[in-house]
Amino acid sequence: MTGDTGLEEQVLERIERARRRKARVREEYITLAHGAGGKATHTLIEGVFLEAFRNPLLEPLEDGAVIDEMAFTTDSFVVTPLFFPGGDIGDLAVNGTVNDLAMCGARPRYLSAGFILEEGFPIAHLRRIAASMATAAQAAGVQIVTGDTKVVERGKADGCYVVTAGVGTLDRPTRLSAAAARPGDAVIVSGPIGEHGITIMLARGELDIQADLTSDTAPLNELTARLLDACDDGEVRCLRDATRGGVATVLNEIAEASKAAIVVNEDIIPVRPDVRGACELLGIDPLYVACEGRMVAIVSQASAETALTALHSHPLGHEAAVVGRVNDDPPGLVLLKTAFGGTRIVDLLVGDPLPRIC
Amino acid sequence: MRFVDEYRDADTARALAARITALCEPGRAYKFMEVCGGHTHTIYKHGIEDYLPEAVTLVHGPGCPVCVIPMGRVDDAIHIAAQPDVIMTSFGDMMRVPGGKGSFLDAKARGADIRMVYSPLDALKIAKQNPSKRVVFMAIGFETTAPSTAMTVLRAKADGVDNFSVFCNHVTIIPAIKAILDSPDLRLDAFIGPGHVSTVIGCRPYRFIARDYGKPIVVAGFEPLDVLQSVHQILTQLAQRRCEVENQYARVVPWDGNPKALAAINEVMELRPHFEWRGLGFISQSALRVSAKYARYDAERIFQIPGGRVADPTSCQCGEVLKGVLKPWECKVFGTACTPETPIGTCMVSSEGACAAYYNFGRFSRERVKEATRQ
Amino acid sequence: MCLGIPGEIVEILNDRPDLAMVAVSGVRRAINIGLLEDETVAPGDWILIHVGFALSKIDETEAKAALDFLESIGQAYDDEIAALRESMIEQG
Repeated sequence: MTGDTGLEEQVLERIERARRRKARVREEYITLAHGAGGKATHTLIEGVFLEAFRNPLLEPLEDGAVIDEMAFTTDSFVVTPLFFPGGDIGDLAVNGTVNDLAMCGARPRYLSAGFILEEGFPIAHLRRIAASMATAAQAAGVQIVTGDTKVVERGKADGCYVVTAGVGTLDRPTRLSAAAARPGDAVIVSGPIGEHGITIMLARGELDIQADLTSDTAPLNELTARLLDACDDGEVRCLRDATRGGVATVLNEIAEASKAAIVVNEDIIPVRPDVRGACELLGIDPLYVACEGRMVAIVSQASAETALTALHSHPLGHEAAVVGRVNDDPPGLVLLKTAFGGTRIVDLLVGDPLPRIC
Repeated sequence: MRFVDEYRDADTARALAARITALCEPGRAYKFMEVCGGHTHTIYKHGIEDYLPEAVTLVHGPGCPVCVIPMGRVDDAIHIAAQPDVIMTSFGDMMRVPGGKGSFLDAKARGADIRMVYSPLDALKIAKQNPSKRVVFMAIGFETTAPSTAMTVLRAKADGVDNFSVFCNHVTIIPAIKAILDSPDLRLDAFIGPGHVSTVIGCRPYRFIARDYGKPIVVAGFEPLDVLQSVHQILTQLAQRRCEVENQYARVVPWDGNPKALAAINEVMELRPHFEWRGLGFISQSALRVSAKYARYDAERIFQIPGGRVADPTSCQCGEVLKGVLKPWECKVFGTACTPETPIGTCMVSSEGACAAYYNFGRFSRERVKEATRQ
Repeated sequence: MCLGIPGEIVEILNDRPDLAMVAVSGVRRAINIGLLEDETVAPGDWILIHVGFALSKIDETEAKAALDFLESIGQAYDDEIAALRESMIEQG
């Protein structure tokens, strides 16, 4: 090793120390970046909410809290447009909460639904959203058992916001956690990534890009049940649905919580051609684009084949692939072996992936 | 994807890398600057440096139009955006670029109507849809992007749209390269030329680099094999003691550029006497403004612009990084005080900036990364 | 510095001769072709897209020449490796 490399190491370690410093919210106002699932969101959650609410159930910052034999979670939905190819805010609101419960290894049971409606919002649209929610709930095997409705003045909301919370039961002894990944484990992605995010981006119409894409929104509880049933207890370490911030963000969260490195292969990660086309045109990396029906599973090396077979047996998992593995070094980092044969770091984004021209 | 995937083949890369290594003279170290931020992005995104021998160092140049916008101009744009009935539009790249008083995203959070567009034509469309608003397009970019802005102004005129204007921040590449060549502490052996700028200006304007400064330049494409091939071409020139302008990217770049695009720029814009570049300071005749003939589309004439200057923080060593004197990680504040979340200097601002690219894509020591990814 | 993406012209729009529908890996967008030289572009041609404008028409001959060069380097390398292996086997 040359002296130059030694010096570089020192500098890089100084940076890693700086990165591990406690999160501090520097901004005076909320910006859209705070809602994007990247670094700004993490800083906000840790700097404001965790600071205020700190308790052992919240602290792991998993998709839901596990209390005795029960999983509990909540999620809010503010998507624009409300209706888009492949779904609407109603499907999303049910599937999102169902998936958060499923990622805890739970069987989703009961949901609540809160509606914040804007004065002047067409009742016909609300009926349509409610109908989608009913269909989605039936598909996922959950019941919506309580709810709330508020109306705000015109201009104070974007037509309709939906907030759902859910409880599920933990029928298996396995406890899943983002901190449970171990060196040697396999990293599985359950299907092609980025379809939801790109569909929404294009459905807003501002980019004038046409594609035959539909959102991937779907309930993943059947898929996770098959996976967990197929593998021995403890062999599935962690499940995360790759929503805001996409697969890259989820992998970073797992690497960070498990103090392990995750190495993934770019050319194995499934991406549909039109998602790729839109991403190339907009200068966006599909790894950061949201999915609403895809998950990342960390599974022991020994169970990887079994897990893959189980996933392939379900329509939502038939394109699942082992895309990488967990390593011990460097801890907390996600590394990508590029299709070109090079390597790079996949970091958290600060905010939303924005279209770029340069 | 055609014209993309075939230039990303790992086997060919290995073969080319072996050729590149064979061309390096023993004991000699080479420093090549890729002028264009697009190349910087490609180099990190694909991990191209993994293929290069230790003797070859790529230095990341000033060709990121977002990075070089001085903070004062961002403040000016935010000032315009805060005027009554204004809709400010720009590319996604601009949204997080900090001025002295925050970024577009911050200004948006405080209530300004700032919208992201994919094309300047989309900004014009917003103007047509909002006749009671004044729509301003914050134009950034080198000669690659300037023709699109010019065409949009011409379209606005043809369609009689009078609520559209351009806040012009287009910059020109040649004076920036010249400023780097003239810096006393320069340590570069050759240049990888900016491919997409050259579709417009062609390859002739680079001839002075070979003729007057004795440095080879190879205009290169943006796929990873394009970059490797251009390194190969440069090393071949050096080995043969040649010094020329070569065009590796001939499938896209015509030797004479795009006369129609140049004509559009010349019709609508004129050179500024001088313009400040973040990290490089004032460079004469290095930027474009809307010419008097199209004054009614010039935001600088329509709005009162404060025109304040915001000095770059003294701790920042971007100038040295841009000139290739320092590597990103050698800067005093790199990665500690200056990060992509809280950029201090220009090179950390956009994902194309040398420091941001290094931070996001290659922060860890190459040795450790290689070890970790070994199968 | 500038994101440029190759796309294939699928249709020249009748009502707007300066616009063409261009496909990039399955997605389509109307692209302004007003900056291209007066040479004709037609469906099947490939162009370089930047911020909604076509900056240049991709030269298929040049693209093929570049690829041929790259392939020849790859082939020569493969041959050398094969020759090297063979000589090692002979020596062994």
